[in-house]
Amino acid sequence: MAERPEDLNLPNAVITRIIKEALPDGVNISKEARSAISRAASVFVLYATSCANNFAMKGKRKTLNASDVLSAMEEMEFQRFITPLKEALEAYRREQKGKKEASEQKKKDKDKKTDSEEPDKSRDEDNDEDEERLEEEEQNEEEEVDN
Amino acid sequence: MVDVVVGIDKCGEQRLTSLPLSRIRVIMKSSPKVSSFNQEALVLTAKATEVFVQYLATYSYRYGSGKEKKALTYNDLSNTAEESGTFQFLADILLKKILASKYLKMIKEKREDEEEENDDSDESDDNNAES
Repeated sequence: MAERPEDLNLPNAVITRIIKEALPDGVNISKEARSAISRAASVFVLYATSCANNFAMKGKRKTLNASDVLSAMEEMEFQRFITPLKEALEAYRREQKGKKEASEQKKKDKDKKTDSEEPDKSRDEDNDEDEERLEEEEQNEEEEVDN
Repeated sequence: MVDVVVGIDKCGEQRLTSLPLSRIRVIMKSSPKVSSFNQEALVLTAKATEVFVQYLATYSYRYGSGKEKKALTYNDLSNTAEESGTFQFLADILLKKILASKYLKMIKEKREDEEEENDDSDESDDNNAES
């Protein structure tokens, strides 16, 4: 898959915002500094992914998972990242669980409805769209991104 | 350390990180030997990158030049890459800058050295080993 060089960069606006929020108020960031940090971030992703991949291979797995990423942080001497990452992981898992339960509830409600009265046509369309979106999200959860 | 960044995006969903997952995914996929990764690995990598940016910025600001100042500069970053073990992996991409005049002088001196060597070997006889 051909990637244009800019695809491997992260958006300037987001990078700038993260930096500004981390530094004390009133501190300026030169354009060069920002660009350098952006490049460093891309390199970090590559390094972390490669490192995580080693852990997956050690575990005889082909798919990188969350624990591989955490092990990579340890290996790269970024232990300080592990706590915030674990918190983020828990929050993410709670969110996914919530979505799943919500979609299951919607399905139950829809089944109840079709069992009883005649459904409103326009209401049906909305439900279909929601289901599509939820199905996509479920797929994303399980999706393994292949190279 | 920084709290989990949680925001609400357009769909009313919680955002765990501000970096776009699609872009992080592209970079991860470009890594050789990686065959696949699950969604959790993607989300964690994105989050780790955000934390990394914060850390690199604050570290470089604090230790980059040794003085109190009002700005974060490229030199702060390249100093960090060179001097800190943790950020050593960045040394090749955050190269130290050198004044153009200094660099040109270096090249000139190097060329002069090489010319001297060539002159020496010309003067000696053919039984000299080729360098």
